[in-house]
Parts: sequence; C-alpha cells; structure tokens
Amino acid sequence: MPKRKDIRKILIIGSGPIVIGQACEFDYSGTQACKVLKQEGFKIILVNSNPATIMTDPEVADKTYIEPITAATVEKIIAKERPDALLPTLGGQTALNTTVELAEKGVLKKYRVETIGANIKAIKKGEDRQLFKAAMEKIGLDLPKSVRAYNMEEALGAAQKIGFPLIIRPSFTLGGVGGSIAYNLEEFKGLAKRGLESSMISEILVEESVLGWKEFELEVMRDLKDNVVVICTIENFDPMGIHTGDSITVAPIQTLTDKQYQLMRNAAIACIREIGVETGGSNIQFAVHPETGRMVIIEMNPRVSRSSALSSKATGFPIAKIAAKLAVGYSLDEIPNDITRSTPACFEPAIDYCVVKVPRFTFEKFSLAKNTLGISMKSVGEAMAIGRTFKEALQKGLRSLEIKKFGLESIVFDNLQDIKVENGLLDRISQKLREPNAERVFYIADAFRAGLDIEKIYELTKVDRWFLHNIREIVDCERELLKNKHNLSGELLKKAKEYGFSDRQLAKLLSLSETEVCALRKSMNIVPDFKLVDTCAAEFMAHTPYFYSTYDK
Amino acid sequence: MQAFLALEDGKIFKGRSFGSTGERTGEVVFNTSMTGYQEIVTDPSYKGQIVVMTYPLMGNYGVNKDDAESRRPFLEGFVVKEYSKIASNWKKEKLLGEYLAENNILGMEGIDTRELTLHIREKGAMKAVLSTQDHDEASLVKKAKSSRGLVGIDLVKEVSIPKKYNYAHNKDAEYKVAVLDCGVKYNILRELVRNNCQVVVLPAQATYEEILGSGADGLMLSNGPGDPAAVAYVVKTVNKLIGKIPIFGICLGHQMLGLALGGSTYKLKFGHHGANHPVKDLRTGRVSITSQNHGFCVDIDSLSKKDIELTHVNLNDGTLEGFCHKKLPVFSVQFHPEASPGPHDAEYLFAEFSKLMRKSKKRKH
Repeated sequence: MPKRKDIRKILIIGSGPIVIGQACEFDYSGTQACKVLKQEGFKIILVNSNPATIMTDPEVADKTYIEPITAATVEKIIAKERPDALLPTLGGQTALNTTVELAEKGVLKKYRVETIGANIKAIKKGEDRQLFKAAMEKIGLDLPKSVRAYNMEEALGAAQKIGFPLIIRPSFTLGGVGGSIAYNLEEFKGLAKRGLESSMISEILVEESVLGWKEFELEVMRDLKDNVVVICTIENFDPMGIHTGDSITVAPIQTLTDKQYQLMRNAAIACIREIGVETGGSNIQFAVHPETGRMVIIEMNPRVSRSSALSSKATGFPIAKIAAKLAVGYSLDEIPNDITRSTPACFEPAIDYCVVKVPRFTFEKFSLAKNTLGISMKSVGEAMAIGRTFKEALQKGLRSLEIKKFGLESIVFDNLQDIKVENGLLDRISQKLREPNAERVFYIADAFRAGLDIEKIYELTKVDRWFLHNIREIVDCERELLKNKHNLSGELLKKAKEYGFSDRQLAKLLSLSETEVCALRKSMNIVPDFKLVDTCAAEFMAHTPYFYSTYDK
Repeated sequence: MQAFLALEDGKIFKGRSFGSTGERTGEVVFNTSMTGYQEIVTDPSYKGQIVVMTYPLMGNYGVNKDDAESRRPFLEGFVVKEYSKIASNWKKEKLLGEYLAENNILGMEGIDTRELTLHIREKGAMKAVLSTQDHDEASLVKKAKSSRGLVGIDLVKEVSIPKKYNYAHNKDAEYKVAVLDCGVKYNILRELVRNNCQVVVLPAQATYEEILGSGADGLMLSNGPGDPAAVAYVVKTVNKLIGKIPIFGICLGHQMLGLALGGSTYKLKFGHHGANHPVKDLRTGRVSITSQNHGFCVDIDSLSKKDIELTHVNLNDGTLEGFCHKKLPVFSVQFHPEASPGPHDAEYLFAEFSKLMRKSKKRKH
C-alpha cells in the first residue's frame, strides 16, 4: 500500500518531562518519527513540555509547541493547527493517556482528527487489565490465574483454587495501597482481611504469583496488510518480580528451544492482532515457569516503549522510524532495510552477537529510597553493551555504568588472592541474593568467589542456571589469571579478553598497570576487532557504519 | 582437543573440538537461525555439509528427544563460536556435545564464525575438512580440495529409509498421504497428521507402481540433501505421476518437481539457510517469514511458459520460492512450511494440500 494522500498534517505528542521510567528513549523514538514523516512530505506539529530534548530542536518538526502535555492544552493546539491525524504511539505512556483523554472528551471527533498507529479501542484493550484479560482468554492464551473476592470466605476459596504463593490486590483503595504477597494460609488470612478492609468496595483480586518465573519480551511490528514480524527477542536475567526497567536484560532469548520460542512468537502475533494495533510496534511480555514450562502472557504495550529503543539499537532495525512509516500507509515489504539497502524491512533481524542491558541506579541521590528492587521501577538510566559472548557483553555493560566497577569486580572481597569467608559473610551474601537489589549481579559473582554453587545461588535468586554458569566462568577465569599471573600465557589472556575483562580489571588482578597490560596484550597480538551490527548476521552487505569492539581474531 | 577447519581455497580456522573427534569432509554453509540447533543438527538435508552457526552461543538449552527431526544427525560437522558447557531448560535430557559424541559428529568451537561467514558470503559455499587428527595445513587443504562436494552426487540414497513404513495409523484420517522420503524431516510428517492425514513413508527409490499402489490420495515430495540433478530416478518417477495424484513438494521436493516439469536448477552462491527469509505469496500479497535450507534453486525463467503459475517469491533476492500447475493438482515451495526450526507462518500450505486432495477425491467419485 502506498503512502496515504488524504492526510497532510500530523500532530505528534512527545513524552514530556524526564521521570523514572520515561526518559530519553521516547525522545529518540519521537525524533526518528518526526524526521522521517517530514522527509515523506508531511507537515509535523509537535507538542512537548520538555525543551531539553532533541525533538524540540528547531529543525526537527515544522512547528513545535513547548507546552504542558494536558488534554486542555493539546485541544487548543488542535483547534489552532487543525491536524488531519494524531500519532500517539511514539511518546510513551503520557502521549497515550493524553490521546485517550482527548478522544473521551470528544475533541478528536470535533476537529475530525484521526488517530494513526493505534486506535483508541486498541489502546484501551492493551492498557485496561480487565479488557486485556478478556481479549487474551478469547484467543486462548494463558494468563496468571485470578479470582475476585468480596469476603473472607470467597478469598479463602480463591486461595485454595489457585495455590500459593498468591498476590492480593485490593481494588479502589484510598491512597493506592499496593499488592501484597502471601506464601501460606496464615499470611494469606491476615493480608486478605487487611486488603478487604482497605478497599472502598471491599474487593480484592487474588492472583496467582509468577514471582521467580522466567521473563521474556518480544518486540513485534504489524502493518496494514496484517504482516507481523518479531524484531527482537529479550530474556530477562532477573526473573519475574523485578520491573523490566530494573532488570538486566539480554537479547536474543538464550534458554528457550525453538519449539518453545515459536509458541511464544505465535502468541505474540495473536496478541497484537486481537488487541488491534493496526500499525507499528508493540512490546509483549511473557512469563514461563522454569520447571513446567507453562507460559503466561503478562502484558502488552500498544506503543513504542523503552524496550523498543533498546531493540532498535540491539538489532539495527529502526523501530520508531519504521513505525512512523507504517502509520502513514506503507507496508513492511515496501520499506527498504536501511542497512542492507537491497532487502526489505519485512523480515526478522538475525543477530550474531549478544546484547546485555544493565540498569543504572542512583540511590545516593535518593536518600530515602531503599535499594531493594520490586515491581515499581527505580533505575534512572541504563547501559547497553554488545559482545560475542554473554560474558563479554555483561562485563562491558557493567563498566559502562560508570560506578567505578570495571567489569564484574568484587564488592565484598578486597583481596582476591586470599579469600576469607568470615562468619556472617555467607549470611550477608545470601541475604543480598534473596532480596533483589541494585548490586545483586555483583553479589552473585561474590557468592561463587565465596564457594557457593550454581544450585544454591539458583535457589536464592531464581536467576537462570545458564546465566549463573556464565558468571561462574568469569569468576573461574579470574582465578586462573590470579594463579598464573607470573607466567601468563597468550591463550589465557585472549580468553580473558573474550570474556570481557578490561585492561584495567586485568591490571588489578595481575598487579600491573593498565598501560603494562595493554602493552603486554599488544605484544601477544591480542587486539580488538570491530564487528558490524547489520541486522542479518553477515548474510548481506551492510552500508550503515554501526560497530562494536570484541576480541575474536 | 584442538580442531582445524580447512577450506579448499586455503583458509584455515583453528579452534577446539566438542562432541566427537576424527576427520570429516563436507561443504561449509552458514545458518543464521538463532534458535533450533537441535532441529538443524538432525535435519537430513545437511548430509554432506559442515554447518556453521552465525549466532555465537550454542548448546544453551541442551537436546531432548521431542525436538529431533530425524532418527539421527546426518551433517558432517557443527561449528560454533561458543559451546555452552551447561544446558538449562526443563526439557533438556543431554548436552549438545554429548549428543554429537554419541552420534559420532564433530563439533568445533572457539573460532571467529563471523569471519568464516563473511568469507563464505564473498567466495561462496566451499568444500572443507574438519579434523582433530591432522594438524598439517597443506595436507588438510589438499583433503578439502579432493573431497567429493555436492554437485552431481546422489546424497538422497544415503539418508532415505530402506523400507516403507506407516508413520501414523490414524484410522479416522480423511486422507492418506504417501511421503517419498528423500531425507524427510519429522515435522512434515507431524504436520500431515495434524492436517487429518494418514501417512505412509516410502523410500526415495519407490517406483511409480509402488506409489500409486499404496492407495494414497496425495504424494508429498520431501526435503533432502544435495543436488536435485543427481536424483534423476526420482525426477523420472515424479514426471510420470504428475496429473495422476495430487503432489506437494518441499525444498528438494520442489526442485525435483521443477525438473520433472521441464525446468532447470542451478547452485546458489551460498544458499539460504536460516529462519528469517521473507517470502511473498503472490496470490494474496501476504508475507511469511520462512525457514529455509537450500543450496540449489529452480531457475525462475525456466518454468515461465509451461502452464506454471509462480506463487511465491523471496523478497531478499527475488528467487523463486514456489509454483503451482495451472491445470493439474501440483504445487511446491522452496522453503519449509513445516518450520522446525523457524516461524510457523507458512503452515497454511498443509491445509491447501488437504484441500487439493479433497477436490481430487471428489472428482474421482
């Protein structure tokens, strides 16, 4: 389908102020969209309250309003500018909420503004828990079990039916009392009673807990011809229970067989179709039970999200740009892949490296915040790293955080040559493994240094054994380096670089200076090579210069 | 143990072995699938080939009995960047390395697989030797050069079953399908069963009389290894069967059907091996993301004037991906609608086969 000719002027809503959970990723997607739609000849009206964004730079849109993103203000802009269409899916949750409000107030109808990308019905279906649940049940997808209860008797019945652990979510609470978790009947009785009391309509939702399950995300795109492709698959290092924004995440999925992955892919495609996102990207999350393999759908975002920005950089596929083109009528097979130029955008990127995203926290700036992690997001940023092994990408990511760690270094032990596991230390480490926190990945490595094994650490963290095994390999390599520091072989040094050890990290382990390590490896001809991010695992010639460094020669 | 991969043009890669040890020759090809190594390792179409995976981390979820695509691995070697020493998945029964060792297949890790892939992309798929025994580079290159390669070699006879058997006794099934096993993947059989078929599997050498005598309502020409031009005996049989029984061809089956209809095939530079190839169905305009594994291709121009409708085309390079006969109940696709590994987007073709058989049955009655 060619570009639509019936729309000329498009209003784009930005994401507003930078807050936790909604940061520069939406500036990135919004800017991409403005640029490409302008190139396509559309007149772009932009509203964003945040002047410290790229998208509000003068040349990005045709007209930029730096005004509060509220329905009232946007209505005035619509009245003045009379756009033909509104693209709400590129400015995060703020844009989506504002659009729904404008629709509900009748503003869009009054000024005959069409929403492109996702319609109001689809947005609501994706965002409203009840509508979402009904939609997923309709297409036969499994969700965490849940039952509404209005008194203790019903609550106990629900508990018996679903089984522990359970989440208790009171409805309509004053001040928004959140959910709580019960591991046994005794706890449940107390929490359910409190929940019923705190609800203004004496209603609680008793829900199956998926805490500790494996967590996955798929970035999916759809066009008006109903072609659907998966751009990127993501596996969370941290299991369910920790907000994705606070989780270490890995692309592509590492620990699912093809049969298991394809079922997830089918479910994601069915989901985007049923929710009715007509064009553009959606992010769909799944939880998988680590022992039984039961897969449940958790949620979908009918818009470009934080994960889309990550997926774009992880694969080289510009999701926001393509989403904007799809919104104005193009189909995926009509849009060329910028990187190969010769193949279309209607495909699924194949990557030949591992991508790791690590969250950046600044608890030092929030003196009242606890550094434990849960279901509301606390990180203020993230670093993404690319490597040929998970180990390399993880260590690169950790040192990119600029927290004075140059890889997966110890935070417990000062002297790695002489590790003493003193009384209480194992308890402290175990505590840090059990209770998710900003430094948990470092404690996992320290747990291996202190002699714990994979099974024990798995039991405490529920971090998949494959990830734990890789961390153990980093720790083992560190031991080997310490042991052979005086007669270091080229082979071992090469291995350390393949495992992502920085020269600075190695300098500390080998009691050398960073310059000496650098000179040593150069003398052994261990130098980085630069590999391309090309969307196709080298199958086709790439034209976009987007590289990462690695030690693979 | 140290392992060497030597290509016929003199390029050498040094890595470590996992799985079995020894020495094997084959054509090196790269596969861009990020999941599904077990299906790839057990796909008989890889007979005569050494497969290098472009995704660097392999073995992560182990192997299990349900994901095998045939009775054993047939490929000559399996090359990866990093082999995982543990497997983490609720279905895992064995490590990939253990499985390869049991089946006497060489695995190699620790090489720059992207460099090897780029080399193949530039120079084309080429003959190679994978060895843990011989570390003499000149001798290895000589072995690679003198190995048999794929062109003109009948590899089908090395993977096909010796005797016919019933795959599923589904008495209530609506159709009976004869599958000509040129190296069939189990998921083709499973898909047929799912589409209400009773399945009888015949050896590739089965005659015209044996095929029609099986009482089948339709014939499935399976996937398989190597050069379609080297299996003239199957092409001849198929030629006689066209118009007598509905035929559905997949991959090598598609190529043999193309030859039987008077078309020609040629060898691609490095083929299509992966799970992300976009294929457009020219009848509906819809695009399927498909699983592919072929080094040869039916020449799109060789069939254009012969009552043939081109139905599918590859959006990456414009090559022929599927055709049907305008008058007779015959169709085929170059890609793998049975997936495994790969997306299930093209499953609909099995239902189309059932439809074709239904029509043809009606006409008979």
